[in-house]
Amino acid sequence: MEKEIRVPIRSDRDIVTARQTGRSVATALSFTPGEATLIATAISELARNIVTYAKEGEIRVKALNGGASRTGIQLVAHDQGPGIADVEQALRDGFSTSGSLGLGLPGVRRLVDEFQIESERNRGTTVTVTKWKG
Amino acid sequence: MRDAVEIPVLRQGSVLIATLRPAVPDVDLVRLRTALVEEVVRMRSRGVIVDVTAIDVMDSFASRTLQELAQMIRLRGAETVIVGIQPDVAFAMVQLGLRMEDVATALDLEEGMAYLNRKFQTSG
Repeated sequence: MEKEIRVPIRSDRDIVTARQTGRSVATALSFTPGEATLIATAISELARNIVTYAKEGEIRVKALNGGASRTGIQLVAHDQGPGIADVEQALRDGFSTSGSLGLGLPGVRRLVDEFQIESERNRGTTVTVTKWKG
Repeated sequence: MRDAVEIPVLRQGSVLIATLRPAVPDVDLVRLRTALVEEVVRMRSRGVIVDVTAIDVMDSFASRTLQELAQMIRLRGAETVIVGIQPDVAFAMVQLGLRMEDVATALDLEEGMAYLNRKFQTSG
C-alpha cells in the first residue's frame, strides 16, 4: 500500500506542518526517533528552499512498503519557481545565491539515502529523496 | 515580554532566559532575535540563555538565526548560551553541515547559568 500526503508550501508555517507530517509518517513506519529527526530536518530544508526561491510549491510525503519487505519514506519537493541555473554548482557545499549559508542541497543529500533533482529554468524544480529504514 | 512575541522570556538577575516551544515558525524566531536584543539593552542584561530543549528540528535557518542572535548580543557586550540541543537534533545538524560556530552551548539551563556566572566572574 502506498499512501501519499501532500502539504502545500506557501509560508514558514507550512514548513512546520510539512516536517511534522514527515515525522508522523516516519514514526508510523517505525523509523527510529533519530531517523525521523533526519527526515523532518530534510523536509524543513527542502520546504524552506521552496519558500525562499519559488514562493510556493508542495511537499509530498510517501510511505514506501516495497518488495523484499523494504520500508522507506519518499519526499518530493516540487515547485514551479525560477529553477536552478546550475544544478551541479547548487549541489556543491558552500554555494548559495540567496545569501544563506548555502548548505541546503548538499546537506539534505547527506541526510538521506537517495537524492534526485530535476530543475528547468523558469519551469521549476523537483527534488526527490528517499530514506530507507536502517 | 511583549505579546507580539509568543516565546516567553524570563528574567533572572542579569540574565534573560528564552524558552522555545516545539515547532516554532521562522517569523517567531526572527521576532525573538529582535526582541531579545532590545530587551538586553533595556534591562542592561549581561547574559542570555536560549533553551531549545523542546526543538525537534534545527535546520539551517533556525541555526543561522540563533547564531545571528548571539552575535548581536555579543556586540551589546552580553553573552549568549544555547542550551538543551537534543542528541538526535545535534546528530542531524552535524549531518547537515551546521556548526554553530562561535556560539556557546551547554547541556541544560543549569549548566548554561553556571557558564554565564563563570564568564561574569572573569570579566569582573
